[in-house]
Amino acid sequence: MTTTPTHGADDVSGIEIELDEVVKRYPGQKMAAVDSLSLTVPAGEMVIFVGPSGCGKTTSLKMINRLIRPTSGTIRLGGEDISKRGADELRRHIGYVIQGGSLFPHMTVATNIEIVPKLLGWDKARIAERVDELLDLVGLEPDRYRDRYPRELSGGQQQRVGVARGLAADPPVILMDEPFGAVDPITRQRLQDELLGIQRELHKTIVMVTHDIDEAIKLGDRVLILQEGGRIAQYDTPEMILAAPANDFVDDFVGSGSALKQLTLSRVSEIELRHPTTATVGEPSREAIARAEAAGDGSLVILDSRRRPVAWRFLREVARRDTVLDGDREKLVTLDERATLNDALDVMLASSYGGAIVCGRRDQYLGVADFESVTDHMRTVEKAAAEEVAADTGRAEP
Amino acid sequence: MWDFIVERHQQILYDGFQHAYLVVLAVAAATVIAILLAMLVTKVPRLDSVANMLSAIGLTIPGFALVGLLMPATGIGSTTAFICVCFYATLPILRNAVVGLQGVEPVLIESARGMGMGEAAVMARVRLPLAWPVILAGIRVSLQMSMGIAAIAAYVLGPGLGSYIFSGLAQIGGKNALNYALVGTLGVVVLALLLDLLLVLVGRLTTSKGIRV
Repeated sequence: MTTTPTHGADDVSGIEIELDEVVKRYPGQKMAAVDSLSLTVPAGEMVIFVGPSGCGKTTSLKMINRLIRPTSGTIRLGGEDISKRGADELRRHIGYVIQGGSLFPHMTVATNIEIVPKLLGWDKARIAERVDELLDLVGLEPDRYRDRYPRELSGGQQQRVGVARGLAADPPVILMDEPFGAVDPITRQRLQDELLGIQRELHKTIVMVTHDIDEAIKLGDRVLILQEGGRIAQYDTPEMILAAPANDFVDDFVGSGSALKQLTLSRVSEIELRHPTTATVGEPSREAIARAEAAGDGSLVILDSRRRPVAWRFLREVARRDTVLDGDREKLVTLDERATLNDALDVMLASSYGGAIVCGRRDQYLGVADFESVTDHMRTVEKAAAEEVAADTGRAEP
Repeated sequence: MWDFIVERHQQILYDGFQHAYLVVLAVAAATVIAILLAMLVTKVPRLDSVANMLSAIGLTIPGFALVGLLMPATGIGSTTAFICVCFYATLPILRNAVVGLQGVEPVLIESARGMGMGEAAVMARVRLPLAWPVILAGIRVSLQMSMGIAAIAAYVLGPGLGSYIFSGLAQIGGKNALNYALVGTLGVVVLALLLDLLLVLVGRLTTSKGIRV
């Protein structure tokens, strides 16, 4: 098989995928499911197909391994027309990972992973070695998990085995159909991070379908946003999609403003914190209240003697006692400065003080993040992005 | 009654063995036939309703009627008995096999195809093992039913315990009439339970640990 590395890196093990005017029309339907889709997925890149349901993203994906036959058009893998190859033979050289891993419940983890190597006629020793290697790669101890059945695994573990199974025969191309759709958000995030790690190591050509634009932006080297009928709305890097949506459809689909997506890319440490009046546990209430009123604050952040925040109280609460009382540090929700702005907004929305207390190392009080500081930051980011677009317009034009 | 059994125990054991042998053989053949038919139905989904209709109608044919219909063609003897038992045994297995093979989650089939398994491999490695518990349930029902059918098949001089029941019926009022009927009936029941137990064991050995309930 020929490899056509595009980024000059020699460790790219993926091959280029090329779709040329691919059409899929189902009998009895007026509109084509996919209408003349042409695009190139560069070798070794992860490209995410994203779009509303019915946009033809899954159909497009399945045409690459011929689970669905295109009505017309050509698909080439590494320059070779796939219609010239037997479907089964072709599929054995393309990894396929689908939602929930869809492991075969009657086979052990090892047997599930072994399927394609066995179909390819590898010898036993090599297969056993490969299974252990893959389980290691996806973070499952081989000795512990090799002989388990899928139902003895959590959803996240099943999905990991699903990924291992897709990688089993070391295929240059891997197709993933909503691979992380069936797991809880926290597990999904971890799996996404792991996939990024694996991809950094292996440089396969990966095509993934998702309906989650955030997932697409997080994972994709490039993101393909599809409109109904498999028409390309935009095919670009995540940064460009956020900064310069090609049309209203993309803008709508990316949703709540591109800057909002930037929130997951920025940390609390990057924004300017506000410094409201603070009080120390044990000082007379009257003095603290006077300071707050002079500064125009309606509430006080209470710190203990080691400058760790213990409570956030309104002035009238403080006024009820003569001295500032201690609080329960465990119950106070604070933000680590390394948290994303997305997390920060979450905490702020739940707070009745319109902000979130930010702590640095060892819970040292740093200040308060509020909506204004976040919007200020978003404005700077947007401005920077707009400048980048202006500088990059030549590249953005297809 | 005890004396009756003790006196004839060798004959009873022999007939019991013959009865079980006939049933096991017929059900085994029926299983193969039913699974092959079910595979065909899975491949050509249009046959689905035909298969269902046949198994429904087939079960309504009285055993005696079938024996009578077969006799001119296959004569009197164990061949007729075998065909008759096999016919009834096929029906419940066919129904379950169709349901089981078609009930395999489509996403698993697609996953198998997507990995490059051919149609035969999908059937042998995915569909059949996953449908096996359902098919096995059909075989158990079929085995129970066949025990009774085999007793009726004794009417055409088929082997087995059925002959005791017919002897009993033939000499109603006679000294040993009740003994004959009881030994025949109880023998069939005991055999059915034993074979069922055996099947449960076979089921445990042949069902993957990953899908065992």
